[in-house]
Amino acid sequence: MAPVDKSKVPWWVSNLIVPLVNLTLALLVSGLFIFIAGENPYEAVRLIIYGSFGYIEGFAYTLYYTTNFVFTGLAFAVAFHCRLFNIGGEGQAYIGGLGVFLVAINFSFLPVPIVWLLSIAGAVVFGAAWAFIPAYLQATRGSHVVITTIMFNFIAASLMVFLLVDVIRDTSQMGPHTVALPKEQWFPSFKDFASLFGIKIRYSPLNISFLLAIAASVFVWFLVWKTRWGYEMRAVGHNTQAAIYAGISPYKNIIIAMCISGGLAGLLGVNEILGVHHKIVAGFPAGYGFTGIAVALMGRNHPIGIFPAAFLFGILYQGGSEVTFDMPNITRYMFVAVQGVIILFSGALENLFRPQIESFFVNRLNIKASA
Amino acid sequence: MVSPILELTNINKSFGHVHANKNINLKINKGTIHGIIGENGAGKSTLMSIVFGLYQANSGTIKVNGKKINLRSPKDSIINGIGMVHQHFMLVENFTVLENIILGFEGELVFGKNLEKAKKDLKDLCDTYKLNIDLNSTISDLSVGFRQRVEILKSLYRGAEILILDEPTGVLTPQEVDELFKILRSLKEEGKTIVLITHKLIEIMDLTSEVSVMRQGEMVGHTKTENTNKEQLAEMMVGRSVLLRLDKSEVKAGEVLFSVKNLTVKDDLDVTRVKNVNLEIRSGEILGLAGVTGNGQTELLEALSGIRKVESGEIYLEGKKVSDSQNFLDPRELKDKGLAHVPEDRQRMGLVTDFKAYENLIFGYHDQQPFSKSSVLNHRDIISHSKKIMEEYDVRPQSPNLITSNFSGGNQQKIILSRELNENPKVLLVGQPTRGVDIGAIEFIHQRLIDMRDRGAAILLVSVELDEVLSLSDRIVVMFDGKIVGEKENKNVTDRELGLLMAGVV
Repeated sequence: MAPVDKSKVPWWVSNLIVPLVNLTLALLVSGLFIFIAGENPYEAVRLIIYGSFGYIEGFAYTLYYTTNFVFTGLAFAVAFHCRLFNIGGEGQAYIGGLGVFLVAINFSFLPVPIVWLLSIAGAVVFGAAWAFIPAYLQATRGSHVVITTIMFNFIAASLMVFLLVDVIRDTSQMGPHTVALPKEQWFPSFKDFASLFGIKIRYSPLNISFLLAIAASVFVWFLVWKTRWGYEMRAVGHNTQAAIYAGISPYKNIIIAMCISGGLAGLLGVNEILGVHHKIVAGFPAGYGFTGIAVALMGRNHPIGIFPAAFLFGILYQGGSEVTFDMPNITRYMFVAVQGVIILFSGALENLFRPQIESFFVNRLNIKASA
Repeated sequence: MVSPILELTNINKSFGHVHANKNINLKINKGTIHGIIGENGAGKSTLMSIVFGLYQANSGTIKVNGKKINLRSPKDSIINGIGMVHQHFMLVENFTVLENIILGFEGELVFGKNLEKAKKDLKDLCDTYKLNIDLNSTISDLSVGFRQRVEILKSLYRGAEILILDEPTGVLTPQEVDELFKILRSLKEEGKTIVLITHKLIEIMDLTSEVSVMRQGEMVGHTKTENTNKEQLAEMMVGRSVLLRLDKSEVKAGEVLFSVKNLTVKDDLDVTRVKNVNLEIRSGEILGLAGVTGNGQTELLEALSGIRKVESGEIYLEGKKVSDSQNFLDPRELKDKGLAHVPEDRQRMGLVTDFKAYENLIFGYHDQQPFSKSSVLNHRDIISHSKKIMEEYDVRPQSPNLITSNFSGGNQQKIILSRELNENPKVLLVGQPTRGVDIGAIEFIHQRLIDMRDRGAAILLVSVELDEVLSLSDRIVVMFDGKIVGEKENKNVTDRELGLLMAGVV
């Protein structure tokens, strides 16, 4: 198969059609799983759509998951533009949460909006600090970040368990979690907003962190494509030799990219601590850091792609829990497998059908142009 | 009337939107050396890859000895007596010559009878064509010239009657080129047919009896070599008349702008590659540095431009010390002091090929006004600047938003040159400025370098193309094994003399 001239491929083919085809294939394969498990795939799809869109609380859950995936997806993407495979989002988010909590509890004498801003800063600084060590080792020693960041996930988990059991545990309770933050510090939730408009809903984890996710997306877009830093990071990522030639320091940019990445992952802590739990509970990152990798890959490492990809995974998370609730043969792990299939098709097998699809459209357009 | 051994009729080949070969007709007569000449990207290599079965044509027929054949893979071509020596050799470095040649044609599980026969056959071939190869030497011990002979021997052993050579002289010294041409002539005398792909006019004139010219995927002419001349061929290649000789004014060298004292540099593997080198370049002068690839030129350029650490020795810019083994300025600081660098390998170092053209046009200067204000890139100014210099340097297509890898090699080179020359540097280091660049662009690039020199810049030109060094430089130094082995004023010096220095003979 002759390679297609990339410059002739319309952007919507490579950025819309190809991901959609991959997604459709993943869903077909997933449907097969569900069929083998003895349930009706069509019914499962109906349940997913109902669960994630059908009623207002469900939709709010979808957006809550989306928020988390946006943070971790952006985190992965920023590092990836510098060709760093930061798979430590999980640990950075965990430590970021610690930052949120420590700032919020220690500065509770300040006005609430200031505490919020400081807590967000705390999340970023703690997350970035956790990414800094692997970054420093990569930059100076060449220790590969894939190895170090995954080790740092385990270290973060162990550290947090230690802190939650022995240091900052709420001693009046049995569970491994801290005391709750004062109620006035809690982020306004979707429920509070809805009640302003006279809509009464049950509990919802969706909170104003969603707006922070939008802001973070704009920030990443601006940083990567509009600033000198983003330019230098991309130069180092695409061609380190050329970067050195142009006087751009790979050392500096590896560290900057990783710290920004870690900071973005840390923001997940804002959503979970200020918005949902209002305290640190053990294991709150719950795999969002890893799913963020798939979100970023599917979204082609661009905020405009990451947002819909995060939304898609939000639908799967929320719709999936609806399915497991109603279909006894489908377990929670089934949906982990479905996510796996999506990651497989949109990540590892991303280029499986790309040449065929691209040449199909390029040929079609040629015929049209010459007609 | 001789019947052609190889006949191509109406060959067409497209890659997506690019029509690489358009209705190509070609007849090659038995026992001749047939040249195929054209600029880079004219479609020569594509055409020969079709003949060798690496690509399949979209339409058209191929006949060998009057019989129509179907080439689906190189195996089919070998069966039909077609062999090819590629630009980049396809040899296993740590195998011996013998092992490389029988690779894929071992013929038996445990070596014995067949191997002995192969050895004998190969010895006979070596004797017939005076190849002078020791079958037991390991490839990694052989020079480039000998490796090429191994490739030729390999094709002959597999029964090649038609031998295609793709740009065979690009990596050879003048002496090695002579040897190669001798071998090719003796092959011709024994009745073999040779197809020589090249963009060097002088080789065509020297060696071939017939020549075909390609331009932009089309065959634009066939002629007997004796009926044509270089100027005419160049005009056919480019489609307009070309100045082959440069108009160059007398050198007006001023004060020393750039000098190097006792410089020693090591490579990444801690091998000393530059040994105690001294250089001086004056304002208004081009110093040519000739040498066969891999004799320390790369490391020298990297050290001079601040990319590589200096082991010992000093570098002076305008009389001020900028680098020694203790303190050195990085590439950015050297740029600020008026030193520009066009690196040898544009894709590895000079460009980020995944960047858009405008991003590469500010590469290395991206943090300066007006491109960047308090770390935010000023998109509008960058684009208008890019448009301006793309027009000035005739970069085609003139689209700043196009991804750089979509530009041809010559235009990528123009992107780098325009970026570096636009800053009006006092000292310019240029490595292989026209490697893989077509004739039209070479002329343009050379003229720009001469203009820079006439404006008083000090230029160090590092090139493996002797013609280039000879036509541009005011003074020439030759580097061999990390040392400067000779220095000549560029008057009355011949490529023979330089060739001997380059080979380390003198």
